[in-house]
Amino acid sequence: MGQALVAGLCLSSSVVSVSVSAEELGYPEKEELKFGFIKLTDMAPIAIAYEKGYFEDEGLYVTIEAQANWKVLLDGVIDGRLDGAHMLAGQPIAATIGYGTKAEIITPFSMDLNGNGITVSNEIWKQMKPNIPKQSDGKPVHPIKADALKPVVEKYSEAGKPFNMGMVFPVSTHNYELRYWLAAGGIHPGYYAPHKGDTSGQIDAQALLSVTPPPQMPATLEAGTIYGYCVGEPWNQQAVFKGIGVPVVTDYEIWKDNPEKVFGITKAFAEKYPNTTIRLTRALIRAAKWLDENNNANRPEAVKILSQSNYVGADYDVIANSMTGTFEYEKGDKRAVPDFNVFFRYNATYPFYSDAIWYLTQMRRWGQISDDKPDSWYFDVAKKVYRPDIYMKAVQSLVDEKIMPATDFASLDGEDGFRSPQTHFIDNIVYDGTKPNEYINKFNIGLKAGDKI
Amino acid sequence: MTTSEGQPSWATNALRWLSNHIKAIVLPIVGIAIFLIIWSFAASKIDTSLGKFPGPTAVATQVVNLYQEHNTEREKEAAFYQRQEERNAKRVAKDPNYVPKIRAYTGKETFIDQIGTSLITVMSGFAVAAAIAIPLGIAIGLSKNLNTAINPIIQIFKPVSPLAWLPLVTMVVSAVYVSPEPMFAKSFLNSMITVTLCCLWPMVINTSVGVSAINSDWNNVSRVLRLPSLVHVQKIVLPASIPAIFTGMRLSLGIAWMVLIAAEMLAQNPGLGKFVWDEFQNGSSQSLSRIMTAVFVIGFIGFLLDRGMLQLQRIVSWDKASANR
Repeated sequence: MGQALVAGLCLSSSVVSVSVSAEELGYPEKEELKFGFIKLTDMAPIAIAYEKGYFEDEGLYVTIEAQANWKVLLDGVIDGRLDGAHMLAGQPIAATIGYGTKAEIITPFSMDLNGNGITVSNEIWKQMKPNIPKQSDGKPVHPIKADALKPVVEKYSEAGKPFNMGMVFPVSTHNYELRYWLAAGGIHPGYYAPHKGDTSGQIDAQALLSVTPPPQMPATLEAGTIYGYCVGEPWNQQAVFKGIGVPVVTDYEIWKDNPEKVFGITKAFAEKYPNTTIRLTRALIRAAKWLDENNNANRPEAVKILSQSNYVGADYDVIANSMTGTFEYEKGDKRAVPDFNVFFRYNATYPFYSDAIWYLTQMRRWGQISDDKPDSWYFDVAKKVYRPDIYMKAVQSLVDEKIMPATDFASLDGEDGFRSPQTHFIDNIVYDGTKPNEYINKFNIGLKAGDKI
Repeated sequence: MTTSEGQPSWATNALRWLSNHIKAIVLPIVGIAIFLIIWSFAASKIDTSLGKFPGPTAVATQVVNLYQEHNTEREKEAAFYQRQEERNAKRVAKDPNYVPKIRAYTGKETFIDQIGTSLITVMSGFAVAAAIAIPLGIAIGLSKNLNTAINPIIQIFKPVSPLAWLPLVTMVVSAVYVSPEPMFAKSFLNSMITVTLCCLWPMVINTSVGVSAINSDWNNVSRVLRLPSLVHVQKIVLPASIPAIFTGMRLSLGIAWMVLIAAEMLAQNPGLGKFVWDEFQNGSSQSLSRIMTAVFVIGFIGFLLDRGMLQLQRIVSWDKASANR
């Protein structure tokens, strides 16, 4: 049954495949736009589209405004103060299914792959380190698993002390990544029970996760309120730079090339301003390409732009640490992670249904979705929120106008919106987006079919 | 006039004048110098995770930086408009029916822009508050009954922290102020109304106290002359209570300025408060010195606002002595 539905989805998206020629794209209906973002390096496509004039090329006059936290940003898009924003992939999905604020938000553009890390304080690192195997050069073997953290957490709970950790939003990638990593190491991150009014996500928890806005993570860690956190760059490298914490694992090591942020707009906006929607998607696609072009040759320039105080604003060196293909773990332990931030290659910008479904499976796993849902429900939600049709219209017109060569999108020919089964998880569990319920049942820690809090 | 010793008194006077003025110039300089020395010494001793606490030189460097950034941004702005005109011209050539529009610059607000935004916001909020508070204060001062009725409300609202109002104001503005082409930005209204709510009370109280304390002889004169009540307010009440009104206004403006910065920080509304918060979030090695610079600018503007109010009082009030502090 699942397969039949997937086939249905394939049909709908292949209607606008590259080979079909679209009519000429009209002028934007709304020219003055305001986009929100959070101070993180993965907002780069928006900054580049502005600085390189890609928005202006589309006749769009865009103001870009930093937001205080993810909640303010989401509310801004919903109430129209913002026309669009750099969003956590979970935000449009959660809004659509009505977890948190209910609103119809869609995404025609996936902003990047990877880009996050999990950092623990110096004190916790000191306690974890004896549990981590060493390489011949004395440096720890990566990826570091939460197995090394487990004894530390147990020691805290025996002493009756809560083990607090930070993530950036209840439906953030970071929440799911931190939970994934902890659970893979046998540490229970706790369940949500929205039907009982419990949205703290700490039922049965061994590690207590709470929300802190990204730029405040280092300060909160420094204050001792949390012992570790999961956040996007540059806020892991900032901890290294400030000497207050040690990033132990990147999300690339938890799930190789995992989908990260998306660009979110309301469904009403996309319907009211179709040309504007396609045009802004075009500008973002071009910016993403620029960021990855010639083997990341433009990254130093991008870092310089991001370090401006109106964008991310952290020091050049801090941002460059991760943006230019490296990542510094413990101070002095700088390792090559060429794909730490991926903006364009591996079809990073295409909104895959299977990415949305992964987020839904995690929402179900941790109880944010309190009841069992059939596979078809997962496909329907994904189809509502992720809009490869708009993306492909943008691609088509970019190719038609010879702004980008068709070869840039060759691997998207006949794309059905489902990535092939993903095998690169830290716990070696395989994710097949066409079988969400089967996937949910594979985990040791987490709700399974029939479970209810 | 000469003294018996033949010493001309003008010389003594000149000397006294000189010494007074030297004092007035030299003493503040000495004070500032000592402050700078203590500051730079203390700063060099404080290590934060973002580097040393900024000393006077770091702040001076940032003043120059911020000014240069402002200039760079203005150049970018000029280029923006030029590009826009070219683009419009192209479109008109292609599509003759198109009526070209000029859209406002979309770049970032510089430090100097933020100062302007904050000043406009504080003055608007203050003006609205004054327009409400002064008539209300006069009415309360004139009528014992009104005073008894309203006083409890004033006493309860007066000590409310301004920032407690902010969430309420934000929600109400979002709900009530809905228009497709808004004249003011919501963020501006939020900051402004918060400022208004906070500087209302000192003005109401001072005005009413001033009005009720008018010399009874003057009231009697007014009664004997059978002045109509509006004329009574205009000729007797207002001039007599101007010093008290101005004391309230100065208090209010001081509060307004402090409240505004905090409100901007909390709500991320444009202005100096947002500048401070953004820099705190940036956490770059320059952030602390930029925040320190903003702190001085905020203090200096607060001082200028107070002086401005004082000058206004000197011009308006007949009682010059009251404006001497």
